[in-house]
Amino acid sequence: MSVSTLYSLVGSSLFCLGLYGLIAYGHLLRKILAINVMGTGVFLILVALAYGSREISPDPVPHAMVLTGLVVSVSATALALALACRVQENTGSTKLTEDGSD
Amino acid sequence: MRTFSGKLIIIVLLVALVGLLSWAILSLPFHGASLRAQVFGNLGNSGVSNPVTAVLLNFRGYDTLLEIVVLFLAALGAWSLGIVRLPDTMHPARPFLLALLRILLPAMVLAAGYLLWAGAHAPGGAFQAGAVLGSAGILLLLTEVQLASIITNWPLRIALTAGVVVFTGVALGTMILGGHLLEYPRGWAGTLILLIESVAAFSTGITLVVLFIGGRPSKSDPSVALKTPEERKEQL
Repeated sequence: MSVSTLYSLVGSSLFCLGLYGLIAYGHLLRKILAINVMGTGVFLILVALAYGSREISPDPVPHAMVLTGLVVSVSATALALALACRVQENTGSTKLTEDGSD
Repeated sequence: MRTFSGKLIIIVLLVALVGLLSWAILSLPFHGASLRAQVFGNLGNSGVSNPVTAVLLNFRGYDTLLEIVVLFLAALGAWSLGIVRLPDTMHPARPFLLALLRILLPAMVLAAGYLLWAGAHAPGGAFQAGAVLGSAGILLLLTEVQLASIITNWPLRIALTAGVVVFTGVALGTMILGGHLLEYPRGWAGTLILLIESVAAFSTGITLVVLFIGGRPSKSDPSVALKTPEERKEQL
């Protein structure tokens, strides 16, 4: 198994770990962190697949995509945190309830 | 999902998903589909010598334009969530941070400038520089120096929109001059990329600060010291 394959498999596992956190936990901060773990998994896959071998330089296109993705994920996280703060201010809780009653 | 059986179902499904994704990755034609050759073949015409910057701001400039728009939209979203009142007076409780910042701030601005310049030939570029500038701004905000009067007025709005405006302006300008969207005129690519990156770095830094504030920054009302979210809500 090559290095890039190993890292991309780790990336797909990270993605699913994040997805588990997103589904299983009700706390908004946990959900935001979980989405970030998912995103990190995707970035890891992209960077790993861009790596060919030691001799040739990696494919710059996926690297540029990851850079773009990082900025998008930072802005999405910041907006989500701002929204979570508003939820906390308005409801007094940062947790989503099971039935969505409040 | 607090029940054990519920969690078990999720875990089983996600393990299946890991398997599916791994299978997809393992069956990818690894070395067949790569744009490496195209990028390195055209690097000489791109105006920069760093392949990632060339992809970001020349070959796939449209992606980066939209990325700046996304950043702007996120700031707009946070901005519209409510007013955050910044303290108007110097806070005496953080002398250490202030002293540290006296040393750090020039270094951070210098590092941001270097990252911006290095982006043309080495890892670096507008967003890395913007991130450093943004963290400098956030540190400045944490020391609670009298930023409010400086950044709450129209200069902040101009700085926020500058990245989108300049990048869109260049994109439309290249169309008006007879090319396609973001098709830089021959020989001008390096200059235009530097222009876009400088403005984008500054704009990104300011946007990150606004996102950190998490709302529309406003001067604090000296008659009411707002501390808790409840008080802040009443003020709104």
